[in-house]
Amino acid sequence: MKATSRVALFGGIYSNYLALEAAIQDARRRKADALYCLGDLGAFGPHPDRVFPLLAAQGVHCVQGNYDESIARELADCQCGYTDPRDNHFAQISYDYTLAKTSSHNKAYLRSLPQEIRLELGPLRLLLCHGSPRRTNEFLWESTTSTAFLTHLLHTYNADVIATTHTGLKWRRSLANNRHYVNVGVLGRPENDGRTSVWYTLLEYSPAQGLTIEFVPLVYDHQRLAREMRAEGLPEEFVATTLTGWWTTCLEVLPGKERKRGRY
Amino acid sequence: MSHSPSETPRVAISHLDDLWFQVSGTRCNLTCAHCFISCSPHNHSYGFLSLADVRTRLAESVPLGVKEYYFTGGEPFLNPQLTDILIETLNYGPATVLTNGTVLKDEWLERLAAADAASLYSLEFRVSIDGCTAEMNDPVRGAGTFARALAGVEKLVAFGFLPIITAARVWPEGDDQRVLGEFVRVLAARGYERPRLKILPTLKLGAEAQRTCGYAHDERITPQMLEDFDHRQLVCEHSRIVTDRGVHVCPILIESPESLLGSSLSAALAPFAVGHGACYTCYQYGAICANPSSAARLQE
Ligand code: SF4
Ligand code: SF4
Ligand SMILES: [Fe+2]
Repeated sequence: MKATSRVALFGGIYSNYLALEAAIQDARRRKADALYCLGDLGAFGPHPDRVFPLLAAQGVHCVQGNYDESIARELADCQCGYTDPRDNHFAQISYDYTLAKTSSHNKAYLRSLPQEIRLELGPLRLLLCHGSPRRTNEFLWESTTSTAFLTHLLHTYNADVIATTHTGLKWRRSLANNRHYVNVGVLGRPENDGRTSVWYTLLEYSPAQGLTIEFVPLVYDHQRLAREMRAEGLPEEFVATTLTGWWTTCLEVLPGKERKRGRY
Repeated sequence: MSHSPSETPRVAISHLDDLWFQVSGTRCNLTCAHCFISCSPHNHSYGFLSLADVRTRLAESVPLGVKEYYFTGGEPFLNPQLTDILIETLNYGPATVLTNGTVLKDEWLERLAAADAASLYSLEFRVSIDGCTAEMNDPVRGAGTFARALAGVEKLVAFGFLPIITAARVWPEGDDQRVLGEFVRVLAARGYERPRLKILPTLKLGAEAQRTCGYAHDERITPQMLEDFDHRQLVCEHSRIVTDRGVHVCPILIESPESLLGSSLSAALAPFAVGHGACYTCYQYGAICANPSSAARLQE
């Protein structure tokens, strides 16, 4: 466990190395003491190997996501567990691409990643994981996760703050006894809100203010990402998401409330 | 071949994620051929749950960390307190109601839409329609029910909901894609532009056992079958259901006496011997009861 007072938490990168570069710069500028990534380094975007040198050079500590585990073990799919055939079709195209384009060296690195990272933020015990502490590929959506359940997780896993990613949508909830849950969002693709920016999260502890959770929007060269996705032959449906900010696939897993906020 | 009880594997609950309510008992305005608990207007074997009953269970569920609430029947909307029950539940967590879509009233939907908008949580409707035409659906669910259920869907959409259409597979499995495609077209014609569709396996229980052939004797879960199996695919691994008699293991088996596990939620969390023929269907087809947003596969 390390004591620190301001940390930057990156969610799924999905091979968006351009957004990762922007996020690292932004977090450094805002004087984050440490940078973490909550997993899903590959998926969706182009050139998966470009993410790894950036993480290494900046000392970003990573948790293993479901995608990372699949790529590391060279499994047949990404373990998102989509039930809709159309979702699976597009997910499979990008999975096969990412699997083929990730070097064996980087696969070995993915294999080495932990399922969770624990650290101290002031007096707060912080638990970083991918989907939920009990399951790497569990979706915790804001509108389908009761406060009672979050309280149970924090208690069971001995944490004051649990931070996850995996769903692609940032959200937070403050619970009794100064405990918190936060989904840090993702760097890989926009939030299904018609904007092209992506998000990361800053957590800060100060004795005067307690915990502050700040969601940070990031503008990056999404046009270039889209060009490179096209050049690599990735599905036009994914390119459209990068360019418009609306999700076009994997919508069946969204609960009603989150689904209504999107266009499709 | 049959199995002695000692060979029947037991499934432990890992955590009570989903709490179900048999909120209208076995009362339904329809009498579908495949209804797995033979509901009908005259089946009173289970009664309605009152708002007070549900309140008690909601309060019990909080210290247990329940994540989601589901309401089924029968037809839940036959219970005159259902709107109030759903509104109360949205103070605690997400609520999903399984309806046949044929009895929905504007005044209920208006209140529910307002409650949904004001809540942190989603209120989901799952509407059962078994096939993309009246010719497919009506022989199973009753004359005129296809048109009435579609009218219900139209109403839900008009009130801003995005109902999940669930279809019991009353057609050959190989036809899934064709049926889904046709469903999308039919629903779009009724103003539902981004339909959410889910196919369910039919359960050979109750009326369905008479419609088809019931379970063969060797269709039972064996210990070996569970060895490398993701137990989360079984509803009883993370759920319980409340009826007016107490707390049962799962929505599917409430008519079997051994399904009644206790009078309080915490008393009903013991492991369950999955020796029933319906358990075999759960095993084969997986999470038949969960919404897609909660149905992600377990990682081993
Ligand atoms: S299947 Fe549903 S709608 Fe049909 S009789 Fe049973 S409870 Fe009623
Ligand atoms: S029917 Fe399914 S959910 Fe119910 S006890 Fe059997 S295996 Fe469990
Ligand atoms: Fe993930």
